[in-house]
Amino acid sequence: MRTAEKAIDEVQLCTPCEAASSKAPKEATTTCEATCELEEKTLETSETSLVAKAESKSRVNLVGLLNSNRTVISILLALVVELDFAASGKQPPADRPYFVYFLLISLVFFTLFPLLFSSRKSILEKFREKDNFYAASFLFLNVLNLLTGKFTVLPPIFFPTPDRILAVLVEDFHYLIIVCLGSSAKLLFSGFFAGALAGLVTGIAIGFSKTASYWLNPAIKILGPIPPTAWIPIVLVAFPTTWTAAVFLVALSVWFPTSVMTSSGILNVQNAYFEVSSTLGAKRLYQIFWVGIPAAMPLIFTGLFSGACASFLTLMTAEMVGVKNGIGWYIHWQRQMLSYANVYAGLIVIAVTFYSLITLFFKFRDRILVWQKGMIKW
Amino acid sequence: MVEALNISEKLSSDTLAHGPKIYEKDLETKGVITIEAVSKVFSHPDGSLVQALKEVELNIESGEFITLIGPSGCGKSTLLRLIAGLETATSGSLCLDGKPIVGPDAERGLVFQNPYLFPWLNIHNNVAFGLKARRVFGKEKDEVSKYLELVGLLKFGKVYPHHLSGGMAQRASLARALINKPTVLLLDEPLGALDAFTRMNMQDEILRIRSEKHITMVMVTHDVDEAIYLSHRIVVMTPTPGKVERILKVPFPRPRSRNTPDFLLLRGKILEILHFAGHLEEPPYQI
Repeated sequence: MRTAEKAIDEVQLCTPCEAASSKAPKEATTTCEATCELEEKTLETSETSLVAKAESKSRVNLVGLLNSNRTVISILLALVVELDFAASGKQPPADRPYFVYFLLISLVFFTLFPLLFSSRKSILEKFREKDNFYAASFLFLNVLNLLTGKFTVLPPIFFPTPDRILAVLVEDFHYLIIVCLGSSAKLLFSGFFAGALAGLVTGIAIGFSKTASYWLNPAIKILGPIPPTAWIPIVLVAFPTTWTAAVFLVALSVWFPTSVMTSSGILNVQNAYFEVSSTLGAKRLYQIFWVGIPAAMPLIFTGLFSGACASFLTLMTAEMVGVKNGIGWYIHWQRQMLSYANVYAGLIVIAVTFYSLITLFFKFRDRILVWQKGMIKW
Repeated sequence: MVEALNISEKLSSDTLAHGPKIYEKDLETKGVITIEAVSKVFSHPDGSLVQALKEVELNIESGEFITLIGPSGCGKSTLLRLIAGLETATSGSLCLDGKPIVGPDAERGLVFQNPYLFPWLNIHNNVAFGLKARRVFGKEKDEVSKYLELVGLLKFGKVYPHHLSGGMAQRASLARALINKPTVLLLDEPLGALDAFTRMNMQDEILRIRSEKHITMVMVTHDVDEAIYLSHRIVVMTPTPGKVERILKVPFPRPRSRNTPDFLLLRGKILEILHFAGHLEEPPYQI
């Protein structure tokens, strides 16, 4: 795009009209303008050199690009606002213009993406479909920048500029991602897998065994609905370390929905499937693993999904109250220090992480449940 | 009418299995079902008792095609489930080749009206289910494609059940039951959910499979024509309590025609036993 602009400049510089107009006073007569235009046109049409061809091509590309890629326009708009408007000065400036860097990187990405994938129609199609959304997102950032940095309509303590938030993400990267997020991830995965495993075991036991159902069902019904975070006072005392206590809380929040959905999934399997499998020579254990559990898979995944969502919630609370480490604790701590740029940076890290985890989860589920028709897509 | 039947009975009914046989010769005597004084009482949750079957006596020969027919509530499905081992008799005894039937087993295959293919397995794995469940899949892997071919679904191995039409799904469930090489195949209204033409196609399919493999088949149906077209003997049952009203031999040679006068005669007789023949007056018009 920039090369195109340069090309235009060069062509205009070459024209005699340009020279004439530069010599002429600013209040040029209309006749001069008209001749200028004429000369330009004749030049354009008569020009047969390769340069002109390339120029006209890039000009067509430029128009097509702007028409089809609203995101780029939105990014350019944000850049113009950021660079041309003076900051109000009520917010401390960041060490470097991170917001400009971010916009430039986005600009390169959104300009190059359609060119790189021009042969892959399906990817391009999806990209085009999201164009409006991306454009609106950058517009939102633009407005946010105006409200915080430029006019400072919003209270500067609680609403830092995008610049400052990005600065935290870059400058505090090691502590935020490696230390805090790493700690959170360790806690989350330990808790999630322990809880999911326990939920599957109890769910399957309740689904297949009357005795297990008799003893476990009331326990689940009474203990399950208690929000895991309500256990914090007891759990912190009962466990040797706060970390094991937090793992237990996360596991507890995954265990309940997984257990309930697994057992109801198995109990809802049509008896005919068990009858058919038994006339095909399947014994009890084989039926449990190759009929009951596969048939209950859709509901098991629903349970695991609600478990995952609950575990995110519990993780944040457990970190804020007990563990004194991790991304949830980071946000809590920075809030107390009134460093709201850090709070937002933490939130962004959480959003990206949890979004990625849920997306991965659904990818995994789609792979397992290919046989299901009319599946809900994430 | 009875006379006509007696005459046609003189035609040899010995048109049992012909064609290639997978089974060993001594297996041809297998699949004999003996049902003696079998009664079944269901107790409902509200405490009431329902007699589904009363003193049923039936001997089924090896390789015979038997149809159980009758209005709903006559206990024909219950009888089939008793043979399958999915229910236990309240009194009386059921034996297969002299051994009492205890619980379901792969030697007695069962095909339901709904195919009940496992939706999470593709057709190949559905058919292979019995082999895997009996832990013989390693040895008999090649059987799967053989049986898929038998029911004309060789190309559909990788397809999941919800992509199949009703007739194809039912074929797949037939193959799934047959791959265990059962001595008895129990069919619980297997064609009930199919349209008329698919249904007639499938009837021929079942007869073809029967002629290739020596299997005793017991089928429950509501369709008198289907019963006559397929069976060696038709067991007519009546409800409340479910009991065997009459056992009719179908003496017609195979392949059978659906349009012979004898066929219609037998059809009329069965409907008469079931009191579904309608008015029997002479029609005032001529056809």
